[in-house]
Amino acid sequence: MSTDLYRDLKWLPPPPTDWSDRLRSLNSSAETFVADLRRMANFGLDLNQLTRLARTVARARSGGQSLEPLIPLRVGLIGHGTLDLLAPALVGTGLRHGFLLEVIVGAYDQLLQPVLAPESPLRSNHLDVVILSLDWRSLPLSCAPGDADVGASAVDSAMRLINQTLDGIRTNLGATAIVPTLAAPAESLFGGLERSLPGARRWLLDRLNLEIAQRVYDGTEVLLDVAALGETVGLGNWHDQRQWNLAKLPFAEAFVPLYADHVGRTLAAMRGRSRRVLVLDLDNTLWGGVIGDDGLAGIVLGQGDASGEAYLSVQRMALDLRNRGVVLAVCSKNTDEIAREVFRSHPEMLLKEQHIAVFQANWKDKATNLQAIAAELSLGIDSLVFLDDNPAERGLIRAELPQVAVPEIGTDPADYARTLAAAGYFDLISYSEEDRKRAEFYDMNARRAALRAESGDIEGYLASLEMELTLSPFDVTGRARIVQLINKSNQFNLTTRRYTAADVERMQDDPRYFALQARLTDVYGDNGMISVVICCATDESTWEVDTWLMSCRVLGRGVEQMMLRELLESARAEGIRTLIGRYLPTERNALVKDHYADLGFTLLERKADGETVWSLGTSASCKNVPITVTRKGFTEPRTGKSGKTLEDA
Amino acid sequence: MDSDVITKRLQDIFQDVMDVEVELSPELSAKDIAEWDSLAHVRLIVTIERAFKVKFAAAEVSALKNVGDLVALIERHASPR
Repeated sequence: MSTDLYRDLKWLPPPPTDWSDRLRSLNSSAETFVADLRRMANFGLDLNQLTRLARTVARARSGGQSLEPLIPLRVGLIGHGTLDLLAPALVGTGLRHGFLLEVIVGAYDQLLQPVLAPESPLRSNHLDVVILSLDWRSLPLSCAPGDADVGASAVDSAMRLINQTLDGIRTNLGATAIVPTLAAPAESLFGGLERSLPGARRWLLDRLNLEIAQRVYDGTEVLLDVAALGETVGLGNWHDQRQWNLAKLPFAEAFVPLYADHVGRTLAAMRGRSRRVLVLDLDNTLWGGVIGDDGLAGIVLGQGDASGEAYLSVQRMALDLRNRGVVLAVCSKNTDEIAREVFRSHPEMLLKEQHIAVFQANWKDKATNLQAIAAELSLGIDSLVFLDDNPAERGLIRAELPQVAVPEIGTDPADYARTLAAAGYFDLISYSEEDRKRAEFYDMNARRAALRAESGDIEGYLASLEMELTLSPFDVTGRARIVQLINKSNQFNLTTRRYTAADVERMQDDPRYFALQARLTDVYGDNGMISVVICCATDESTWEVDTWLMSCRVLGRGVEQMMLRELLESARAEGIRTLIGRYLPTERNALVKDHYADLGFTLLERKADGETVWSLGTSASCKNVPITVTRKGFTEPRTGKSGKTLEDA
Repeated sequence: MDSDVITKRLQDIFQDVMDVEVELSPELSAKDIAEWDSLAHVRLIVTIERAFKVKFAAAEVSALKNVGDLVALIERHASPR
């Protein structure tokens, strides 16, 4: 897993199989062209794809297209090795970070020449930034194993060359330099001794890298820690001797997209565009399970359990980021009090309410909530990073709010923290006391932000999910899951009636009962059984809904409307004229108190204890929802107690 | 692996690397395709190695003169001995 995460930029979704066709079909004179280009860049692209993306940009530029609001930046690339392949990779990747890059490559294997020579194309190009590429093989860094003095002066002479280059870039080119550290070779001449033996190659490179880091810290340059990149993917992977032999590629071609993305982040940080806010989902992101259904004792978090440890690692990363100055917010589909209770009373929680600047736990869609969070913090929507385990929620935000960074975190919580870190959304190029204290500045004590009116094309997004609802009567295969849902669901549960397997079997065979199990699939996969509805005939023309429950994971998608439609159709077929619904309030199901109102039922009665009774005529029509319904396992015709059949109705 | 299968896959790789749709014939070489410069050649070799899961020796790469040589080289490496 490890190297793949970095090599394939796995925090970005993989490019779709028709990516090339989509790129080719982009209309450069369309108003949405720049947004389309940026969308094309937001995948884990390889060097060939980045090169094609760069070519599309070049064609648009030569066609005189305005590419606002991309930030234009002129970048020089000088140093060791063949750097030409990097140029288009940088241009393509630049789009991802909001830049329109123009990359000019210096003369092959030259450091000082392009910077000092008056006729050098670099000088007339009015560069904003110059990226240095340094390779240990091309520096005057000769080993002197065992000789500390010669070793130290070797480091000095290498540093002198680098300093001259940096000074030249600043004075002659008026540009900011991005300086790399050096990735040590994978081969060792001494084994473990090489790091501690003065004058040995590893000893030299360690010292040189420290000096480079110090120079950057003291000066105006910016660091690109290539040594760290090499270590992260493994020096044995980073260096490819065959590719160096073939074409003097400074590092393995497979890592060009990763290198380019790190440059992109660095440029973004230089322009003050690092992200500032981490917005966290709760259920199955910060803990295992669903708090509304499982309760404090039922959620998985904490020591002694591999899953629990994984979720702790996510919280630890969030807390570390906060201590570094990143603002934390919560965006969860939950009842506010129930969600906050975990922060207040669960003994294993690392995150507490005081760590969260804005706490949005409600049942509205997350796009509206993220906008409210940004507004509450007086920050742009492009300051946000959104961490959510649910691919449907991630997809919604990517479609509705493309400026929000939404990492692909996979399905194993053990990977979440590392994947988030790998994306580098919060990378900085300088750090002050003010930066450290920034999170406290937003000390809003888990404030609740007011929601603006819902906007955006949720309907369109729902249609793109290609949802398919399969409705079936109760059967033996579904029984275990039906019983589980009946006994486990607390939030989306209208009557919270608990039944045993024997009860469920009885209802299946009893003609007075009409019961449905519903399964939902979408583009992201099979959600399994997500809803159970049980109706009971109370007289020959009335059905009462005994049980209506649903998994909260599929809220807001229109499933309830489709279930109602099925109930009405089946009721009509049996000569039923009225549907009665009942809401029995509990501590956990405030979520559904308006369920029947929302479905168009009329309130009949409100009792002292909060119970409400509703009715709907079965000739009522239903709202249309972008879900395909498949009926499976029904034996037609069913006959009701009245003996009426489909034909009679 | 059969040379027709290889040529077909090479067709896709040429499109991927150079953004060109060319009819690959054995005599075809870099001078026939404008986009096939030395940089594209490097990306081509690397992409072929990854796609066919093979590794070419430096000498083998420098001996290549045309698409026919390329197909033969891949065939030598991709076929089980």
